[in-house]
Amino acid sequence: MHSFDVLIIGAGPAGIAAAIAARKSGVKVGVVDDNLTAGGQIWRGAVPRKWTDAFLNSGTHLLAGTRIFDAPQQGLLLAKTLESLIELRYERLILATGARELFLPFPGWTLPNIMGAGGLQAMVKGGLDIAGKRVVVAGSGPLLIAVAASLHKHGAKLQAIVEQAFLSSQTRFAASILSQPSKAWQGAKLLWTLHGVPMRHGAYPVRAEGDGRVRSVTLSNGAKVDCDYLACGFGLVPNTELASLLGCRLNGHFVEADEAQQTSVASVYAAGEITGIGGLEKSLVEGTIAAYRATGNLAAARSLDRQRKTTHTFQRTMDVAFALRPELFKLANEATKVCRCEDVTLGALEPFNSWREAKLHTRCGMGPCQGRICGPILRGVKGWRDEGVRPPIFPVDVAALVQTSGVQAR
Amino acid sequence: MPQAIEFTINGNSVSAREGQTVAAALANLGICASRRSVSGEPRGPLCGMGICFECEVTVDQKPHVRGCQLLVHQGMKVQTGA
Ligand SMILES: Cc1cc2nc3c(=O)[nH]c(=O)nc-3n(C[C@H](O)[C@H](O)[C@H](O)COP(=O)(O)OP(=O)(O)OC[C@H]3O[C@@H](n4cnc5c(N)ncnc54)[C@H](O)[C@@H]3O)c2cc1C
Ligand code: FES
Repeated sequence: MHSFDVLIIGAGPAGIAAAIAARKSGVKVGVVDDNLTAGGQIWRGAVPRKWTDAFLNSGTHLLAGTRIFDAPQQGLLLAKTLESLIELRYERLILATGARELFLPFPGWTLPNIMGAGGLQAMVKGGLDIAGKRVVVAGSGPLLIAVAASLHKHGAKLQAIVEQAFLSSQTRFAASILSQPSKAWQGAKLLWTLHGVPMRHGAYPVRAEGDGRVRSVTLSNGAKVDCDYLACGFGLVPNTELASLLGCRLNGHFVEADEAQQTSVASVYAAGEITGIGGLEKSLVEGTIAAYRATGNLAAARSLDRQRKTTHTFQRTMDVAFALRPELFKLANEATKVCRCEDVTLGALEPFNSWREAKLHTRCGMGPCQGRICGPILRGVKGWRDEGVRPPIFPVDVAALVQTSGVQAR
Repeated sequence: MPQAIEFTINGNSVSAREGQTVAAALANLGICASRRSVSGEPRGPLCGMGICFECEVTVDQKPHVRGCQLLVHQGMKVQTGA
């Protein structure tokens, strides 16, 4: 068993920043992440020097390859590694569980080699050799450009970048980027890297074809593009399962947090993408504020309020610029699988009025991903909401649970 | 230079670079599908970050291991298509 004064879930930018700030008070700090290395989605094990040094020197206890799956009582979390189960006790908890990509179903989307945009990038960081491979990057949001630039750097042959939002809706976003010199410079560098790659605005994939893997993708403008990989993500959805399990109130899709980054549950804070999708700076500043607040360092927390406000303004601009078009939720046909774990088609959901009903009859959303992929799809396509989260929030085999003495299976 | 890791996939000897995930190593060897879905469709990695379970393989007889969250190691036995 491990006990911490401050326990942080998620070692992405928000969690790392929180750990560094919390350690300034000398308290015992632990960070847990399912990934094998710290860094979260953007850094993935390649944390920038400034942050690695501060993190490594902070005296934080990192538990990598460790996934929280239950919160059986106040102050206690249960986690699983590949080999064992562990108990984690805390006085204060900071949730920095980040976000995942939004996938939307269209005919052919389950073919191998169709991945998320961030998904393909993560695979490349994991050693996938993309050099010489023809890739189409599609979906929505600033992530597409970042991913395309990174794939290009690794030698991919980019066939097209396909953004569903119209160029006209992105003017304010562009203006807001230009008003921030560091962002403008980054943006300019990315676009320079990508000059010559066909960029389609206001378009999206309507069909993918292949045999055993994707071979081509047809776009809404009628173009059919041959490819070896389709990297397709429609923005990000927050990982709120643990927060919900703890009873934290949500605000829309996100975890509600006040100016102290405090959730509706005492001693539980939230920071980063789970409170709103706003990019790296937002995660860093919220993580820092949450930790200062959790350790009673009020003045230090307050000094960052203005910085946080800027990131929240940026977040709202991004929401408007990349708002998803309603057509995107109508691409699946009767035979298109909506739930990939249980192979439930859109047609099979027809008789039902709620996700709950559909679950009972079709097992939709009851496979190993526990609705993480199809939940946001059902929300958009059917208008169905998920009701409540039940433990374990990740699959755990029961034999392992029972074996571990002192840990109660529920 | 990263070390070469020797292991087997479906009984065939293969090699990958140290530090690669099992999911990436499979893709580099031209194996796009890690598993079969309940209706028998071939499936490969989707999210790359441990969420979707499409990259599941059997490793040293342990089923349902996410290939994107596991690094290759010497002598491991990977089974796809389950
Ligand atoms: C696939 C992907 C790729 C991205 N790539 C880029 C990019 O290239 N450039 C860019 O600017 N932005 C990128 N983003 C956006 C990026 O998420 C943010 O800019 C930033 O990383 C968010 O930081 P965070 O700390 O809030 O969350 P994250 O970085 O998402 O970190 C959250 C961490 O929590 C862990 N976690 C969640 N639940 C549990 C649990 N139950 N138990 C244990 N650990 C858990 C996750 O493993 C993860 O490491 C990407 C997003 C995604 C989803
Ligand atoms: S690719 Fe999604 S869990 Fe591995």
